[in-house]
Amino acid sequence: MKKTHIIILIFIAVAIAVLISFMGDLTTYDTVASARQKEGKFVHLIAKLDKSQPVEYDPIANPNYMRFVAIDTLGHSTPVIYHNAKPTDFEKSERLVLKGSMKAGTFECDEMLMKCPSKYKDDVEANKNNLSSN
Amino acid sequence: MNYIGEHLLPGQLGHFFIVLALVSSLVAMIAFAKSTNSTDPLLERSWRRIGRIAFGIDAFSVLAIFGLLFYIISTHKFEYYYAWNHSSRDMSMEYLLCSIWEGQEGSFLLWSFWYGVIGVFMIARGTKWEAPIMTVLAFAQVCLATMVLGMYIGDTMIGSNPFLLVREKFADAPVFSRADYLSLPQMQDGQGLNQLLQNYWNVIHPPILFLGFASTILPFAFAIAGLWKKDFTGWTRIALPYALFSTGILGLGIMMGGAWAYESLTFAGYWAWDPVENASLVPWLILVAGIHTQVVYNATGHSLRATYLFFLLGFIMILFSTFLTRSGVLGDSSVHSFTDLGMNTQLLLFLLVFTLPGLALFAYRFKGIPHIPKEEETSSREFWMFIGSLVLFLSAAVITWQNSFNPIYNKITGQNTAAPEDIEFSYNKIQIFVAIVIGALTAVAQYLKYKKTAGGWLRKIAVPTAIAAVITVLFFVFSGLEYDKKGIGFQAAIHLAFFTSVYALVTNLAYIWIGINGKLKAAGGSITHVGFALSLVGILISSSNKKVLSYNTTGINLKWDERSKEKPLENLTLIKGVPTDMGSYMATFVNADSVNKNGTISYYRIDMMRKDSSESFSLYPNLIRNTKGMEGFSNNPDSKHYLHKDIFSYITYAADMDNRDDTAQFKKYTVNVKDTVYYSNGFFTLNAVVPNPNNKKYQFQPTDTALMADITVFSKEGSRYAAQPVFYVKENEARFMVDTVFAQNIAIAFSRVLENQKIELQVKESNRMVPFVALKVYEFPHINLLWAGIVIMTIGFGVSAAYRSRQGRLKAVNKI
Repeated sequence: MKKTHIIILIFIAVAIAVLISFMGDLTTYDTVASARQKEGKFVHLIAKLDKSQPVEYDPIANPNYMRFVAIDTLGHSTPVIYHNAKPTDFEKSERLVLKGSMKAGTFECDEMLMKCPSKYKDDVEANKNNLSSN
Repeated sequence: MNYIGEHLLPGQLGHFFIVLALVSSLVAMIAFAKSTNSTDPLLERSWRRIGRIAFGIDAFSVLAIFGLLFYIISTHKFEYYYAWNHSSRDMSMEYLLCSIWEGQEGSFLLWSFWYGVIGVFMIARGTKWEAPIMTVLAFAQVCLATMVLGMYIGDTMIGSNPFLLVREKFADAPVFSRADYLSLPQMQDGQGLNQLLQNYWNVIHPPILFLGFASTILPFAFAIAGLWKKDFTGWTRIALPYALFSTGILGLGIMMGGAWAYESLTFAGYWAWDPVENASLVPWLILVAGIHTQVVYNATGHSLRATYLFFLLGFIMILFSTFLTRSGVLGDSSVHSFTDLGMNTQLLLFLLVFTLPGLALFAYRFKGIPHIPKEEETSSREFWMFIGSLVLFLSAAVITWQNSFNPIYNKITGQNTAAPEDIEFSYNKIQIFVAIVIGALTAVAQYLKYKKTAGGWLRKIAVPTAIAAVITVLFFVFSGLEYDKKGIGFQAAIHLAFFTSVYALVTNLAYIWIGINGKLKAAGGSITHVGFALSLVGILISSSNKKVLSYNTTGINLKWDERSKEKPLENLTLIKGVPTDMGSYMATFVNADSVNKNGTISYYRIDMMRKDSSESFSLYPNLIRNTKGMEGFSNNPDSKHYLHKDIFSYITYAADMDNRDDTAQFKKYTVNVKDTVYYSNGFFTLNAVVPNPNNKKYQFQPTDTALMADITVFSKEGSRYAAQPVFYVKENEARFMVDTVFAQNIAIAFSRVLENQKIELQVKESNRMVPFVALKVYEFPHINLLWAGIVIMTIGFGVSAAYRSRQGRLKAVNKI
């Protein structure tokens, strides 16, 4: 066997090992109930802001702390703590992807994606509304 | 109905040219294919002539479409959806041009425009490879023309026409029942270009990137031509300068995107391993691999099959990235992607019509591609270059897998897998080893000889090795790489990668004199390597030693937060006019008074003063009000540039972002000493009532009539604050001084003295006590090494392309 082939085989083996370890790192999208079952495990929680509950964020006291209640499509809700600044338009968001884990009944969120209509995309429907208003 | 005031001619012309572009590129493709396949030279020439004319018409048509679209946008013909949706009257000329590529249709046109330019250039060059290459190019033009066609075949829409009218787009909107709808106010101006995209980088980054995208078809087409004509080896020298040009421009375009992201899009850096960034990096890596195997082939006859594969895959991965970016499959995982235009099937077909025939032809002709059965010497340059190419290719393969696994897997299986917890690290932990290997190979390989290296090379490389080692050690002693969040293994890896990058930098610089006697014209390869290595050094230093300056050092409310060590609390609140401790600076939020001319951007002035007063400067991070029917703001950073570092700041929250009024009222409480009053975030206790206080805050004399309520505020989080409102009598009038606990947003007033030692306190809670901003400030050290590296690398590619092009022509002359 040629040494090039041996090296290729080694590389392929390394690549496969790397990919398997990547698969192990993958996480899941979850609901409140399934995230509760996986207490302490990192998940992507898909939910929306429960607008009937207050959003606690007081940047003067602490700009790195906000607390709100998220509710998923099945109607389960959980308090969420997010150690960062409140994103702009948080109250107007339609959907939240919360990355973090459930700890003692509270979802500790590390990172949050908001579905507003994304800032980088045109919202054709919103533009159409502009057409009919005025 | 006859609508009043519409200008339909440009649109009709535009659509005519779209159809003409489609037909003429189809004709060009067939004619060039016929020419490629004819054995009779007369027939070959006459087909080629037809092909050239047809392609000329196609290139002109694309230019005309582009021109007409720009005319419509720049003269504000808002009856056209493209102008109405992507531009507005207040935009300056360069941004009007940008609005062409804000939409999918325009970016396809930009791509097609470059194919026109490249095609005309290849025809002017007129080598014997012209016909097969132009067949491939014309085929790509056919595909791109269908993307902007906007016609229905049966129920399926083919492409999206940029010349659509607003009333065609929203046919059911009631305003179009009026013949004079254009005179309505909502038709007087367009929706504008997204304010975030009104940035000078948007004028320059997309055209360069699309030139890079478009030019990757050249190595692909040469490879196809070689396979098609069964002239497996004749193209490799001629194609090299094109491959170099394409790779150089693609790399430049990608990193211009990085520079834009760094400067204004707030990913807090130049590279975030975003799916779209990855998708364009992959073809670059594969093409770099292809260039190296091609050079190996030209010198030794090895690695031709690999060259074919890499050049085919380079362009295929460009098409794959187009599919990922534009089809919407990435969904939530990327911020870059375009709106889904419902063209997924068409985009997938675009990918497949090049991939399947290309790879099938490669497989079919594989046996015929010449190769040398005897393998390379371990001491030879070509052996290690091949290994390096292989590493680059595997790196590209792994990135592709990580990048596209989730959306595709979930789509097929209906599962709900998601990205790893730390996405960036999931890439970094692999690519750091690629950087180590590539750095080391880049450093050493040029000192080896083709075929077989004699013993003397070690002596040649000894001095550069020693210099690199000294630089590395000095750097570690005086500065060091500080990143230690991912454990000792990763820390060791970044240190090793730092060494191999410096090593590659020094040896390649030295090689220009040791290896080729300082002939800069011939040193393109070494210059490119120097630039690449310098970029790696810049990346390693700036990412490892990136510092957060805005750590919340105010000490408020942080005690309970056990995670504060691992998850730095990076936002710092600045209250207007109050200097706040920020690392080695005192930062003061001065005002937010300036706005841009249409009021969509507000600039916040933050004064930064070094604690030793040696330096002060102002930063103007700003908030951009979103346009186009979207509410809210986007933040836009501002940096202070130094030669050796950047101070980079952006606003994460500002008090006036939600413009709610301060409607909170004072609430009255009657209290006795030691009584407790609750408020929303805790409670406070009246400790004592002090007559005529004389302390730091108040200086009353014993002859005054003044009472101070000594209050302690306990927040839910466990912090304590003192509040000392005062009630006093002056000029026979009762007055009071309110004391505000800013940290808790409560104001307490001592408003009356009642019987039985009771007093009346008034409490107001509010979010709007004082104007403030919360911001993040980073320090990126030595970011300029990265930018300088990219510039040098691009220059190197250019020098190399020029040199190889001349070399190729000389060889061609010699052969005759």
